[in-house]
Amino acid sequence: MTKLECKQIFAMLSEYLDRELPADLCQTIDAHIASCPPCVEFVKSLEKTVAYCRGAGTSSDGPHPLSAANLEELRQAYERSAPVLIKNRPAAS
Amino acid sequence: MSKGTEEVELAKRLMSGDSSAFEPFVTLFQHKLFHYSFLTCGQREDAEEVAQETLLKVFESLHTLREPERVRSWIYTIARNVCYMKRRKSIFAPEEEISLDQVMPSFRQDGSERKLEIADWSSLPDAQAMNSELRQTLQRAIHSLPDIYRSVLMLRDVEELTTEETADILGVSTDVIKTRLHRARLAVRQKLDQELTTAGVAS
Ligand SMILES: [Zn+2]
Repeated sequence: MTKLECKQIFAMLSEYLDRELPADLCQTIDAHIASCPPCVEFVKSLEKTVAYCRGAGTSSDGPHPLSAANLEELRQAYERSAPVLIKNRPAAS
Repeated sequence: MSKGTEEVELAKRLMSGDSSAFEPFVTLFQHKLFHYSFLTCGQREDAEEVAQETLLKVFESLHTLREPERVRSWIYTIARNVCYMKRRKSIFAPEEEISLDQVMPSFRQDGSERKLEIADWSSLPDAQAMNSELRQTLQRAIHSLPDIYRSVLMLRDVEELTTEETADILGVSTDVIKTRLHRARLAVRQKLDQELTTAGVAS
């Protein structure tokens, strides 16, 4: 494989971080990054971005607890479906 | 417990008529759906309604879910539709594309050295210690993405679904998911970078 340029690496970074690239390509990228400060910086900033996004779904600022009426509405919907569910249940083997 | 196992377990119990799984299932998904809709629709009040309406549809049509293993992609598909109904905007509206060039950083020559135009990210806290200012900046960045990118980033990174589950929900190939995810991440990274350069979102 020819020597990769920084921008070519930038284009593959998500797959690299998600471990979706073939092993040989991963090694080529590792080797480049090991001796390229701009790539190191860029990888760190993208990794941090992904880590922040993962944290965005679990903020302390969650929903209000469900009201009793809302919960009851859901429970009734479940209870209406339950007989169909039980009827459809595959026989235990 | 691996990703999604808890959801699948609860769905299996619910589907076998075990009503003790009802409350944990509701609590778990109410939170997930709230965050999902908040970042997708952008309104807190809407997000609570979307979570409730989605859960209602889930319970009304639970008998149509043939494979409990697919409960996560099934629920997010419903949530996505409920969200769009709220926004009264077509899922099929033409969407802006993000080109790689738009979201790639640039280099500048500094004497003999080639330097990347990038802010100092080391001043930003770890994800566990995100402050509210940073959280809001991130929410704005996610919200400003064109929908085809935001929906992928929401499912893959925020909700941590797999590439396959996400492809299943959005009805596109896994390759398309990978391409869009990368551009979405680069766009969010760029927004945070700009924010850092101008205002400084660090604590
Ligand atoms: Zn490089």
